[in-house]
Amino acid sequence: MNSTQDRGSLARDLIVYVAILVIAALQFVIAYQHIDGAQMFARMLALAMLEAGLGVLFFMHLWMETRGFLIFVAVFTLFVLAAMNYLWPDSFRILVGAPFSSYH
Amino acid sequence: MSHANVAVGAHSQELSEGSPFSIPTKKLVMWLFLISDAATFAACLMAYGFLRNATPDWPKPFQFLPTVVNAMVMTFILITSSLTMLIAIRAAKAGNKSKAFNWMLITAAGGIVFAILHIREWLGMIGEGATLFHNPWGTAIFGASFFSITGLHLLHVTGGVIALIVVGLRYRGGRYNADDIEILGLYWHFVDLVWMFVVPFVYLLNVAPTH
Repeated sequence: MNSTQDRGSLARDLIVYVAILVIAALQFVIAYQHIDGAQMFARMLALAMLEAGLGVLFFMHLWMETRGFLIFVAVFTLFVLAAMNYLWPDSFRILVGAPFSSYH
Repeated sequence: MSHANVAVGAHSQELSEGSPFSIPTKKLVMWLFLISDAATFAACLMAYGFLRNATPDWPKPFQFLPTVVNAMVMTFILITSSLTMLIAIRAAKAGNKSKAFNWMLITAAGGIVFAILHIREWLGMIGEGATLFHNPWGTAIFGASFFSITGLHLLHVTGGVIALIVVGLRYRGGRYNADDIEILGLYWHFVDLVWMFVVPFVYLLNVAPTH
């Protein structure tokens, strides 16, 4: 489907808008939960990715583009973002020694 | 038309290809820009994450009032501005120029309010002694990472507001069409999406612990 074709109803945009607002509110709730930092980070990241997914698919209308384009954007973006994660082991090494080592 | 011209015309038609993925070229370029910009923000956030993870005395200075409440209001405004942008795009596609222009101005107003709140918060932090190279709460890197990430985002919001006004005026004047509004909308939604990562990682993970 291209840009000249139907972009869905305003009602759907409103539902996505409310869903994103609710997810954003959940992030603020999680910030005040008494959980450890790693768990908080994981929950925040999951919710942020959900928000971003809804935004990209329905606000930016990627869902209504051709499947080839959707796959191109998803694979290209996720690969680049995943490739950046090489640095984490080093940050753990600085903090606690070798990553997942038995002697800290 | 001569035979030569007909031949050249036919040849150029054979050479020209359709837009990749059957979407307008301008839109494809905007998507490619947004993918590269996503990589830029991701690099900044990951560098911040690296520093935060590797620094034992990372400060958690943000109180519920004013910082967290301010971040809530800013988030609400930015997400709502994405909705108003969608309404503007819808009006533009329907050929209603004045409605589309008005909703673009409302979107720009949302961006301006967001920027004012952001700058007010910065001034509050600077008033408490936080700068790029120093802060009263702990490691100096905190200020550098906070101001650089939120500053880069604020720069994008400011650019988006200027683009909304300029493209809106040109659309109303007949120089741009509804597709141009839609392409600008992609940028504005992207700025909104980036904020969805900045808020939890830069603000909410640094909330002062409650007892």
